[in-house]
Amino acid sequence: MQGSIADSSQPITEATIAPTAIAHAHEAHPDFRVWGLLTFLISESLMFGGLFVTYLFLRGEAAVWPPEGTEVELLLPTINTIILVSSSFVIHLGDTAIKKNDLAGMRRWYWVTALMGATFLGGQAYEYYTLGYGLTTNIFSNCFYVMTGFHGLHVFIGLLLILGVLWRSRRSGHYGSHHHVGIEMAEIYWHFVDIIWIVLFSLIYILTLF
Amino acid sequence: MTPAQLPVNTPLADPGASPPPQGWKWYDYFTFNVDHKVIGIQYLVTSFFFYLIGGAMAVAMRTELATPDSDFIDPTLYNAFMTNHGTIMIFLWIVPSAIGGFGNFLVPLMIGARDMAFPKLNAIAFWLNPPAGALLMASFFFGGAQSGWTSYPPLSEITANVAQSMWILAIVMVGTSSILGALNFVITILFMRIPSMRLDQSPLFCWAMLATSLLALLSTPVLAIGLLLLLFDINFGTSFFKPDAGGNVVLYQHLFWFYSHPAVYLMILPIFGIMSEVFPVYSRKPIFGYKAIAYSSMAICLVGLFVWVHHMFTSGTPPWMRLFFTISTLIVGIPTGVKIFGWVATMWGGKIRYTTSMLFAIGFLTMFVFGGMTGVTMGTAPVDIHVHDTYYVVGHFHYVLFGGSVFGLYAGIYHWFPKMTGRLLNEPLGWVHFALTFIGSNLTFLPMHQLGLQGMPRRVAMYDPQFTSVNQLCTIGAFILAASVIPFTINVVWSWSRGAVAGDNPWRALTLEWTTSSPPLIENWEVLPVLTHGPYDYGLNNSSPENLEPVAGSTSPS
Ligand SMILES: [Cu+2]
Repeated sequence: MQGSIADSSQPITEATIAPTAIAHAHEAHPDFRVWGLLTFLISESLMFGGLFVTYLFLRGEAAVWPPEGTEVELLLPTINTIILVSSSFVIHLGDTAIKKNDLAGMRRWYWVTALMGATFLGGQAYEYYTLGYGLTTNIFSNCFYVMTGFHGLHVFIGLLLILGVLWRSRRSGHYGSHHHVGIEMAEIYWHFVDIIWIVLFSLIYILTLF
Repeated sequence: MTPAQLPVNTPLADPGASPPPQGWKWYDYFTFNVDHKVIGIQYLVTSFFFYLIGGAMAVAMRTELATPDSDFIDPTLYNAFMTNHGTIMIFLWIVPSAIGGFGNFLVPLMIGARDMAFPKLNAIAFWLNPPAGALLMASFFFGGAQSGWTSYPPLSEITANVAQSMWILAIVMVGTSSILGALNFVITILFMRIPSMRLDQSPLFCWAMLATSLLALLSTPVLAIGLLLLLFDINFGTSFFKPDAGGNVVLYQHLFWFYSHPAVYLMILPIFGIMSEVFPVYSRKPIFGYKAIAYSSMAICLVGLFVWVHHMFTSGTPPWMRLFFTISTLIVGIPTGVKIFGWVATMWGGKIRYTTSMLFAIGFLTMFVFGGMTGVTMGTAPVDIHVHDTYYVVGHFHYVLFGGSVFGLYAGIYHWFPKMTGRLLNEPLGWVHFALTFIGSNLTFLPMHQLGLQGMPRRVAMYDPQFTSVNQLCTIGAFILAASVIPFTINVVWSWSRGAVAGDNPWRALTLEWTTSSPPLIENWEVLPVLTHGPYDYGLNNSSPENLEPVAGSTSPS
């Protein structure tokens, strides 16, 4: 271990280093971005965990939940849920395509996913617009808007990631069957947003029926 | 989606970028730089700057408390100082210096990596800190947040709304920084060690950073949500924490303490890591109980997530909760005790060198054990109900945060300053620094326990005249403590340019950071080192030069 050490009596010897060789060695480590994203999403899911706990805590305190006049609408959110959940399968088709080096196929499926995501956001905006109560109406509506809004923000970020992939993929050669970490990351993030929505939908929409 | 198919040779850096320079210039430290060593030093220097600001606030408060009446500063300003002193010391000094500073500088060097896993993300995480600090400073133009670092509603919702909102944004920024830094550490420590180093051969500092990072990843987002809801309550008319509209104040306390109890481990686990490096080097003995110390970090990480309600025993907590969280709190003391015994046993029979670093490490031991014991007393519900919100609490957490974390940071600075700068800190000046710090901190914080037991409430600018003389003792201690920073600052500034040249390995230590030059090359090593012995094999048979006396610090009594 000691072999590579310069004699300690020598002054600091930056001048003797060949920077390009070292820089090259630096780039040789494997790509950990997917692991990094997964770690980040564990953290992120605890953010939603905090919101879910808040919701259940406040619900447990309330006499009537949701209070009269702030019932949730069901049809549109259900359609929205179906769209978002199926978009998770669509985006996976894109991932499968790029692994077969089918760039056009990947772009096609990612465009469809982006469209479905945008539809989801549009549907949510329409829902907000037609519900008849707002953020400040009561404690339930507080929860409703903050939770769905916070999730909507994540859908929006996911949408941006997908559009970013599409933007980058317009150059051929940027992605390929062995070169698609960015595509994969967008997909993982999209699945995450989807899973969170399923929990959220159960808590806010389905469980308020009982 | 299958990780196995990931490309393994993706260049992280832009291939068209110019090659890195041959050494960093001083102005590189003021730029967006992705070198983990630059980022580490950026964290340390920035956070030390905030330490001075937070310290000045403390001096102002102690001056006010020299007399029972409010006669030095306006009580509103006192509250703002009280809030921001705590906030700055926690979020802009101890956490960023221990995790961001030492973690970034040391982890890649200790595991034989050329940098962190995500260098750019690392730089982004650092650059979230200065604006957060600026935001806190700016909040003073709006009166400054009034409600303490805990920011409990309803107080936080009815006082200084603008300043409180700025405070929230600042905390969310440093919280984001903390999450990004933590994920970087987890990936780096798990995947980027040199091939010859198993996880259970890595230095204990790396274990401590792994536990710290996991804790930060799991707890910080919950605080972020609590603060987000508080922000909505203050600014957007929601009522999450407003009982008159169906909200609940205790809910905030749960969200807050789910982060903020683990936060004490964010502030002490990296320090434990520093201790595990410092004690063996200056005792010239292998660390006692490597595995016990390593796994106890993980145990603290796990159990530490389930003790938070001990801060809420007086919040109408149901008896079963008091019972459960008293027991879990007592349990979390055990892994900490394991470490303490490990360090004492490491020193036992060792050939101890009383360098400044070692003095601070021993100072840490005494102060932290005391603070730990007062912590255990308060962790039990019956005692807590008596001393809750009194100066006993203030005394306790300053023993663990100042006597523990800050002493540990000082020990780390004296130990690794030669590696960071290539020069040694001046030892006699270091001893003066240690003496002033040790006397000052005990004089400031020990009498607070008595004040608390006699019933003096915390967070007040005025108090009952019967507490005057003891308070004056604390104030004198605080002045000594403030003075202690002067020799340290002089020492650092002077030694950075003119200190004795350190050489690669002035303490004859065995961890990998000492195998490169001081300061290390830009990519750490020309040829990556290969492990030939464990990190703590001092005095064992493989007699290599490391087993000789340290070349530096040999002026100490022996
Ligand atoms: Cu605690």
